[in-house]
Amino acid sequence: MQKQAIFQAKLLPYALVAPQLAIVLIFFYWPAFQAVVQSFLLQDAFGLSTTFVWFENYIELFKDAAYFEAIVRTFLFSFAIAVSSLSFALLLAVMADKPLRGSMLYRTLLIWPYAVAPPVVGVLWIFMLHPSLGVLSRYLRGMGVDWNPLLDGDQAAALIILAAAWKQISYNFLFFLAGLQAIPKSVFEAAAIDGARPMRRFWTVTFPLLSPTIFFLLVVNIVYAFFDTFGIIDTMTRGGPGTSTVTLVYKVYSDGLLGGNLGSSAAQSVILMVMVIVLTGIQFRFVERKVTY
Amino acid sequence: MANVTLRNVRKTYPGGFEAIKGVNVDVGDGQFCVLVGPSGCGKSTLLRMVAGLETVTGGEIDIGGRIVNQIEPADRDIAMVFQNYALYPHMSVFNNMAYGLRNRGMKEAEVKTRVDEAARVLELTSMLERKPRQLSGGQRQRVAMGRAIVRQPKVFLFDEPLSNLDAKLRIAMRVEIRKLQRRLNTTSIYVTHDQLEAMTLADVLVVMNGGQVEQIGNPLAIYEKPATTFVASFIGAPPMNLMSTRPEEIRSQLAGSGAADAGILGIRPEDFVITDQTPADGVVLPLTVEAIERVGAETFVYGTRAQEEQRIAANPGELPPGEVIVRIPGSEAPPIGQQIRVAAMRQKLHLFSGDGRARIEA
Repeated sequence: MQKQAIFQAKLLPYALVAPQLAIVLIFFYWPAFQAVVQSFLLQDAFGLSTTFVWFENYIELFKDAAYFEAIVRTFLFSFAIAVSSLSFALLLAVMADKPLRGSMLYRTLLIWPYAVAPPVVGVLWIFMLHPSLGVLSRYLRGMGVDWNPLLDGDQAAALIILAAAWKQISYNFLFFLAGLQAIPKSVFEAAAIDGARPMRRFWTVTFPLLSPTIFFLLVVNIVYAFFDTFGIIDTMTRGGPGTSTVTLVYKVYSDGLLGGNLGSSAAQSVILMVMVIVLTGIQFRFVERKVTY
Repeated sequence: MANVTLRNVRKTYPGGFEAIKGVNVDVGDGQFCVLVGPSGCGKSTLLRMVAGLETVTGGEIDIGGRIVNQIEPADRDIAMVFQNYALYPHMSVFNNMAYGLRNRGMKEAEVKTRVDEAARVLELTSMLERKPRQLSGGQRQRVAMGRAIVRQPKVFLFDEPLSNLDAKLRIAMRVEIRKLQRRLNTTSIYVTHDQLEAMTLADVLVVMNGGQVEQIGNPLAIYEKPATTFVASFIGAPPMNLMSTRPEEIRSQLAGSGAADAGILGIRPEDFVITDQTPADGVVLPLTVEAIERVGAETFVYGTRAQEEQRIAANPGELPPGEVIVRIPGSEAPPIGQQIRVAAMRQKLHLFSGDGRARIEA
């Protein structure tokens, strides 16, 4: 079997890849380039004059305490979302891997949340946990919790983490289940005969054998928490109360589109772009190294 | 050191499939018991039930005088070697062997002594720090053996441990396993579908078919006196020739030898001689030579009988009806297409009932 197609005409191959290239150039590279250019510019409030200011937008940004708060907050959110989502998904996957009746049904049900769009996730959780409308809020207050994420920044943060983690559980669950099923059953049986109780079996056999999957998902989850939580934040808290749920991505939006500071917003998005490149690089390097145990 | 006794053991799967239909086996202390049968006969299921990896639907499994039906695999004092070895891929050879000992809270010094001793016996000493993926098939197999012997269990269980090895290595490991078992004198149960492996390893051979035991006994005794046509054609390669006693050609030759009830006649390929003479008491078959297989020390002659033969019940060897295999020493054979006469002595004949389920002693 020949895997490479050989074209006689010189132009045909270029013509065939042109549409894809055009899409990538127009919708990805052009805006990225625009962002880089914009990040060196300073515009007045009415957009009447534009000045080239070199790195001033970046310098301003790194002098800004709010930006550092956003960085720390984003890392905390990412860590909390990744850890809670991964551990809960792993727990579910280990349970679902057992040969039980109706396993196909609940495996399917567990995958459903992934199909829900982030803003819808936000709305769903707000309905459940809104201080005055929420179904669950009543019970929380009943238990004596002073629940008001609209006023309490920590509670708002917890709410975002909860909703974002919940949405990502399905995705993680799917990979964990596949990872578990790739381990030969006889290895677990050998461990059972070797006298390892279920908990010890999990930590000494299952967990190490899943480590490539865990690492892959950790990177994916961090990227998700960094960038894909915008819809959830925007529908649930809009960054508030105060700035207690403003992440880096949300700050790009609020500074640029709401605050009108396009230069700073562009500089922030360039920084985010660098972060994505680094994370993707890490992921490729480790995913290509298939065996990590 | 322990006896293993299976009393009327049954296994029915939730779907209603009966995998094991009441099996009774008694393995004496230090004996090597081999379960042999075609795939799907329930031999692996039975072994896994002894290991505690499958639940027992009915009957009793007794290891060293203790009914273990409800006891966890870890507490049965058994060790198992799996077909795919089931080594822990993330652990070194040393840790693979040490895992079972550490789980039982053994002191690290004692663990090291035991693993080093097992590694010495199995010639793995230079590989203790390697990971399983850095080992060859034979070496992995030895690590799996090592993992079993370091525990010094009452019973070894082997689930087709050699089937992933190439032919030469399989023979070498077969001998190694037998020597090791003799030296350790540990009761062993070994599952295989290879009748040669079964014959060479077993003290007690259990031939299984369709979830039932067809015959239990000493391998040679089974070879010499198979209880059913299934055993007759499963044990021995090439398989025993089975033919109906109904055709006049055979009935006339068997007349007067007290075999009136017999429906099936069996003759092992090596019990034939090619001859022009007619023995005083025996069976002579005229054959047309169809094919010759020379393997060096011996030659297999495939011939067809003149008369069309109907298919015989329970014949896992699956010779086409009317085909007869004759095994002769050396490499000289009659040419293809020649008419020959083969004869077998009366005392070499095996007679079975018409359904093949019972042996008839004439």
